[in-house]
Amino acid sequence: MSEVAAAHAGVEPAETPLTPESWGKLGMWLFLAGDAMSFGCLIVGYGILRHASSKWPVPSQVLGINLTAFMTFLLIVSSVWMVLALTAIQENDKSRFNKFLGLTILGGAMFLGCQAYEWTHLLNHKLPELGISFSNSLFASTFFVLTGFHGMHVTGGVIYNSCVLAAVNRGRYQAKHVEIAGLYWHFVDLVWILIFTFVYLL
Amino acid sequence: MTEAAHSASAYIRIFWILLVLTIIEVAIVYMGLPKLLLAALLVIFAVWKAALVAMHFMHLKLEKKTLAVIALAPFVLCVFFILMLMPDIFPR
Repeated sequence: MSEVAAAHAGVEPAETPLTPESWGKLGMWLFLAGDAMSFGCLIVGYGILRHASSKWPVPSQVLGINLTAFMTFLLIVSSVWMVLALTAIQENDKSRFNKFLGLTILGGAMFLGCQAYEWTHLLNHKLPELGISFSNSLFASTFFVLTGFHGMHVTGGVIYNSCVLAAVNRGRYQAKHVEIAGLYWHFVDLVWILIFTFVYLL
Repeated sequence: MTEAAHSASAYIRIFWILLVLTIIEVAIVYMGLPKLLLAALLVIFAVWKAALVAMHFMHLKLEKKTLAVIALAPFVLCVFFILMLMPDIFPR
């Protein structure tokens, strides 16, 4: 890989990301584009079902907006930590990198903890009180599918970032691998921003 | 391959903007605005925040244009998706 990169070093890059150095990044962007379609279909489907329904519960009355606002803050701040981790490893500052990627992982784990608490509270208390369940409510099923699908992505991201943290410390991964992991993590944050807006606030 | 990395303070500044936007978003939900206005405002804020994350954290601003096309394609396709389904969303 380094020989190919050296061969390309003297060539002016064309208006394309299709250089060997950036295949990984291009690959991740392509994956994210497809993943965005998956989320897009779920969100649009949710929108159609909700608009077609005459008795959709008001989200701000059923769901805990304050907890979810905090969860949004968690993901945003973990995104900042992720990009600071990238800056750190680009400047070869190992300890700062470890600190910030560690914080990113922690932020993601805390998000999942909050979501687990939120789901438990909804399933055991709030939804039964309102007589809402999976079998009689599209509100419930679309909510859990959407937030669950996203939560799965967060879980994957926490595992992914943990592997990257370990691999960098073993000398097997470098800055560009961290950048690619960062793309995935920012995407997860971005999707949550959209879900938070359309499912909880609107 | 060297990249023009932003300084930490630039990222922190973006964070504060995102935080303020989020707080405003949550606040306007409780303000009892007409549904259409609330929806329009929330969509604007959401797209704004998403663009900030994409441009600055994902460095889309620094990338070649081709990558921006790839990144933008899903959004364009989803808008197309919604438009195509309008007869089902708003049946006459």
